[in-house]
Amino acid sequence: MADLSSNFIGIKSPNPFWLASAPPTDKEYNVRRAFQAGWGGVVWKTLGSEGPPVVNVNGPRYGAIWGADRRLLGLNNIELITDRPLEVNLREIKQVKRDYPDRALVISLMVPCDEDSWREILKQIEDTGADGVELNFGCPHGMAERGMGSAVGQVPEYIEMVTRWVKKYSRMPCIVKLTPNITDVRRPAEAARRGGADAVSLINTINSITSVDLDGFAPEPTIDGKGSHGGYCGPAVKPIALNMVAEIARSPETRGLPISGIGGITTWRDAAEFMALGAGNVQVCTAAMTYGFKVVQEMISGLSQYLDDKGMALDDLVGRAVPNVTDWQFLNLNYVAKAHIDQDLCIKCGRCFAACEDTSHQAIAMSADRVFSVKDEECVACNLCVNVCPVESCITMVQMPKGRTDPRTGREVGDYANWTTHPNNPAVGRAAE
Amino acid sequence: MTNSPLTPGIVPGRLPAQSYRDNFADHTPALDRHEAQVAADRCYFCHDAPCVTACPTAIDIPLFIRQIATGTPEAAARTIWTQNILGGMCARVCPTETLCEEKCVRETAEGQPVEIGRLQRFATDTAMARDLQPFARGASTGKRVAVVGAGPAGLACAHRLAMKGHEVTIFEKRAKAGGLNEYGIASYKVPGGFAQREVDWLLQIGGITVKTGVELGRDVTLDQLRAGHDAVFLGIGLQGVNALRAEGEEKAGVRNAVDFIAELRQAADLATLPVGRDVVVIGGGMTAVDAAVQSKLLGAETVTIVYRRGRDKMSASVWEQEHALNAGVRVLHNAAPVRVTGNGAVETVEFAYTEDGPAGLKLSGEGFTLKADQLFKAIGQTLAGQPEGLPVEGGKIAAAGPLAGVWAGGDCAAGGEDLTVTAVAEGRDAAEAIHRALTAA
Repeated sequence: MADLSSNFIGIKSPNPFWLASAPPTDKEYNVRRAFQAGWGGVVWKTLGSEGPPVVNVNGPRYGAIWGADRRLLGLNNIELITDRPLEVNLREIKQVKRDYPDRALVISLMVPCDEDSWREILKQIEDTGADGVELNFGCPHGMAERGMGSAVGQVPEYIEMVTRWVKKYSRMPCIVKLTPNITDVRRPAEAARRGGADAVSLINTINSITSVDLDGFAPEPTIDGKGSHGGYCGPAVKPIALNMVAEIARSPETRGLPISGIGGITTWRDAAEFMALGAGNVQVCTAAMTYGFKVVQEMISGLSQYLDDKGMALDDLVGRAVPNVTDWQFLNLNYVAKAHIDQDLCIKCGRCFAACEDTSHQAIAMSADRVFSVKDEECVACNLCVNVCPVESCITMVQMPKGRTDPRTGREVGDYANWTTHPNNPAVGRAAE
Repeated sequence: MTNSPLTPGIVPGRLPAQSYRDNFADHTPALDRHEAQVAADRCYFCHDAPCVTACPTAIDIPLFIRQIATGTPEAAARTIWTQNILGGMCARVCPTETLCEEKCVRETAEGQPVEIGRLQRFATDTAMARDLQPFARGASTGKRVAVVGAGPAGLACAHRLAMKGHEVTIFEKRAKAGGLNEYGIASYKVPGGFAQREVDWLLQIGGITVKTGVELGRDVTLDQLRAGHDAVFLGIGLQGVNALRAEGEEKAGVRNAVDFIAELRQAADLATLPVGRDVVVIGGGMTAVDAAVQSKLLGAETVTIVYRRGRDKMSASVWEQEHALNAGVRVLHNAAPVRVTGNGAVETVEFAYTEDGPAGLKLSGEGFTLKADQLFKAIGQTLAGQPEGLPVEGGKIAAAGPLAGVWAGGDCAAGGEDLTVTAVAEGRDAAEAIHRALTAA
């Protein structure tokens, strides 16, 4: 078994799987159950200022989309930060941390955007024994209407300012949680770094309406005939999160800034992908909310087996794919591949044909007896047939070796060359003149 | 209950009352909404789908399954009925394992096809429960068409003709419409009077008059029908039964399986239906299986199907064969009956082993004897009672325009397998041909 013990910005945990700040980490009861199930750490659900706690709606808080067999693919919520008194949360955090000293316990915070509020809350959490704080600049619903959460996360200057206050009034490691509801996630990450953040965590949830009640004509979840946008999470958001993590990991301005990866992580494989793109650890919520805390056991065994199979340590995995994330303009335009259909695996459903014939390049032929074959002279290797084929590995993209002639273009497969030197690139043309 | 499975002879009431209810309940229960959703999700929505090609009525299966998956089973039912107005019955009785489901790509992929038949039933049941009618009668053309036989072919033909606005009269010799759906299919495949419900539902389109108790050749002649109508459709089925050609087959206790199946379907109380203690069924098709399984379910102690060729030659599908085995029926292959013995009534049946060679089937010198107090013949039905002067090919009425103004379809007509679904397709297509002929002038 590979050693999964993790050290993220000085915060130690027996594995890199933390529960994200969310309903699963709302109180002692849940967090104890999580630790018993094997979670390496938790980010305690966001605490607000002292005083009367926030209130939640008394109707549905969650909406969802499903895949085949009602598999939950995306979850949306309109729950606010903790609605329990601050002192209760602080007491529970202290007790849990005392009983689980080996687990990471980070406190998520969200208070109004002024220096006093932040100084005050930091003082109050000081003697809980917590390992760090996470600044919730991501929550996109409800709290944002009050100038907190993503309302802060959408203004890099505010992020920098608040992060500075936190570093000024606390010695705890500070993670800044970023909202994806912006155009370029690198800007808030840069601001967090300038403010002195030890790490960023991303993504928080995405503004969303999951569905519309076609009888009541209201967005869901519906509260007394009305609905409000919520925060979207779960497997559906993973591709968006992976890209944002990679952008921060490879940007010269943010390179090296530790990242806690969040967004639809459901299995060990998802976690490994985030880590390969630069996440030092991962945070999970929807998978636990869908299947319960036990899912972490599969994540632990799976990641461990993968690392053993690869002969890698956990640290070797972190960021290993980052050098291979590049801009489109640097992709090798002389790389030529052709789709290949394994006739033994083919079940003759014809989806590749329908997809290619109707919507792509008319590069798949269908015979009267339903044999599907690739027309190399038409195939641009777009991969759509691979994506729609229901049989894994039935259709593959096979690289054409250098020196062979591409029957589509009549050109020989040559050495690496990208757009920056391509004759069709206007910039290249100008340079030549 | 005075009798038991061990009571000798052909007697009723071998089982407690509850057993009849249990034994003849729906053998493939309906999918509920969730199950249908799960099953529908498995469909790959194939291009030019093999299942559609395999369906004699060419129902657009991927489309109707997608309509179920998106929560509109009523639209799915309409898709089904567009091609097959008896889609509800076919969903229950089609040997899907040798038709659509056999060709399902998921059968290729994982040996587990999409449950097309059960999904079809879900769609049609849902829509019928809401009493939805997919089609209205067309504007009257003033043309009159006679349909002989109210079986699947005749009903499908009549319905399509009504859609086109023709006035249809169905002549049926039995007391009820439905044909084999009503008289020829195992009870547990169509419980709850479904066949009649479907007929009643289908006739709601209007423009169709059903005259029962009218037999072609006895009560009315083809010439009379031709004289009184603009077209005639013959869907008379196969009314004859092949003989065993074994010595002693006239003995009491020897019976046509189709008559037993019909009697069972019409019995108000199955406990009153007599069945043998030791039942032997001769044949290898679905009729043999239906008679054998139902004999077992009525309480026969032993039931044996004997088929003269090998297992692979049986026209009953593998699924049907397994169904029989699971019901406790013994199936013997490569043996043919040579003599029925008994003093007045059958007591034993003597068999000879057969050899299936290039020169045909040969009886060997070896054989065996089975105890039997009831013997069912299920070795195929034949064309009988057809009007004089019709061209016959291969024991069937030549399908393509046998006489001017006369069409034929279903089991009585050449072409296609003898299946409900094939009969529906032929009836429907004949209606289209009749419509073209009647409106061409």
